[in-house]
Amino acid sequence: MRVTQGAFSFLPDLTDQQIHTQVQYCIDNDWAVSLEYTDDPHPRNTYWEMWGHPMFDNPDAAAVVYELNECRKIHGGKYIRIMAFDSTAGWESVRLSFIANRPKTEKGFRLSREEIRGRSVRYSITPYSTDLPEGERY
Amino acid sequence: MCSEEVLGEEQEIVEEVDLAKDFKESGVGEILDELDTSLTGLEPVKTRIRETAALLIVDKARRKLGLVNEPLTLHMSFSGNPGTGKTTLALKMADLLHKLGFVRKGHLVSVTRDDLVGQYIGHTAPKTKEVLKKAMGGVLFIDEAYYLYRPENERDYGQEAIEILLQVMENNRDDLVVILAGYKDKMAKFFESNPGFRSRIAHHIEFPDYTSDELLEIAQKTLKEQHYKLTPQAIVALSDYIRLRRDQAHFANARSIRNALDRARLRHANRIFNESIGLLNADQLSTIDDVDILSSRVFKGGIDNF
Ligand SMILES: Nc1ncnc2c1ncn2[C@@H]1O[C@H](COP(=O)(O)OP(=O)(O)O)[C@@H](O)[C@H]1O
Ligand SMILES: [Mg+2]
Repeated sequence: MRVTQGAFSFLPDLTDQQIHTQVQYCIDNDWAVSLEYTDDPHPRNTYWEMWGHPMFDNPDAAAVVYELNECRKIHGGKYIRIMAFDSTAGWESVRLSFIANRPKTEKGFRLSREEIRGRSVRYSITPYSTDLPEGERY
Repeated sequence: MCSEEVLGEEQEIVEEVDLAKDFKESGVGEILDELDTSLTGLEPVKTRIRETAALLIVDKARRKLGLVNEPLTLHMSFSGNPGTGKTTLALKMADLLHKLGFVRKGHLVSVTRDDLVGQYIGHTAPKTKEVLKKAMGGVLFIDEAYYLYRPENERDYGQEAIEILLQVMENNRDDLVVILAGYKDKMAKFFESNPGFRSRIAHHIEFPDYTSDELLEIAQKTLKEQHYKLTPQAIVALSDYIRLRRDQAHFANARSIRNALDRARLRHANRIFNESIGLLNADQLSTIDDVDILSSRVFKGGIDNF
């Protein structure tokens, strides 16, 4: 099941060239670009691991694509996303975030139903990947 | 933001090219002309730059016709004594490569060993990578590159920086151009013991020392830019100075001359300050005389260290 989080996730995976172009757009807007990865793609998991520091002073997006490929060497079987943070007063938040790498086979989510008071049902989803401990998931 | 145009950047193949038009539109002509007028002497260097520019324009045309896909190896070495214009030329080269589309941004990041090599284990790789990332899209200029290689110490961290550099020079040829610079002999020895660098560098450019006449011309040009002029006696004194200074230790070609001029301006300022009793005009404030030059230590058997 294809995880659709962030921008462009209904499009085919971006090529490195396309990622470069998107990142260059962010850099040209003075947004700080960073890389994060995770093996827990639950949509409520906001705590992805950081790959290095956010990058502030690289004028060309090739620097980010270079780090993305360094990150892939170690975490290529996981999800990697690119985030662009706008520090302008009033924004001070992420302006663009998109997945730049995903596992070859995505395990998807288990839907569980819990019956509660009356005939109500409470739904929740759990990534199958998190059935295994960290480090053994992908 | 995610329009077709932004997402894909494939180059279209055409049937014919117009080299003269490409040359004109690139703005390279202006850089070459500016190089000719702003830099005195350096004829062999200027010839090499023209040749390189021609190669780049033809390569670009061949790309348009679909004849080449491989990125061109553009890494260079600039060898020559201090003050012969290597750094100055690297800036122009970055501009030229940018105008022709071989680097995307065209900035110059200038570093030495200390910017690349760390102090302890695990410090070097991130340091080198930070510098490389900053230089991507432009030109990385490594001054006195041979200090990266210290064979006498087998645990020297320079080796680690060299390995990362070589890797990126090979795999990211599209992303940055590396220029190694330094003294001719030391560079030659460095390439001898580091075949990896030798094989990745396509263009070796040698910077000759300036002749005394060229140095005098550089001095006059520099002063003119700063709205100073020399009296005829001062010109004679300056040629004598150049003749004496160039045989002294620590002589650094155009840089030594620039420094000598700075000192001459200082003496000139002190002289007119001490002498002046009445009002001064612009001419007096901008005319350097022979005494301002002749009071240099060089004429009393001493050494100007810069
Ligand atoms: N041909 C030249 N004409 C005018 N100024 C020059 C010329 N060559 C060098 N200079 C000046 O001399 C100084 C040293 O030059 P630089 O490029 O830093 O030399 P290098 O990097 O070879 O040591 C600079 O201030 C530069 O502007
Ligand atoms: Mg220099």
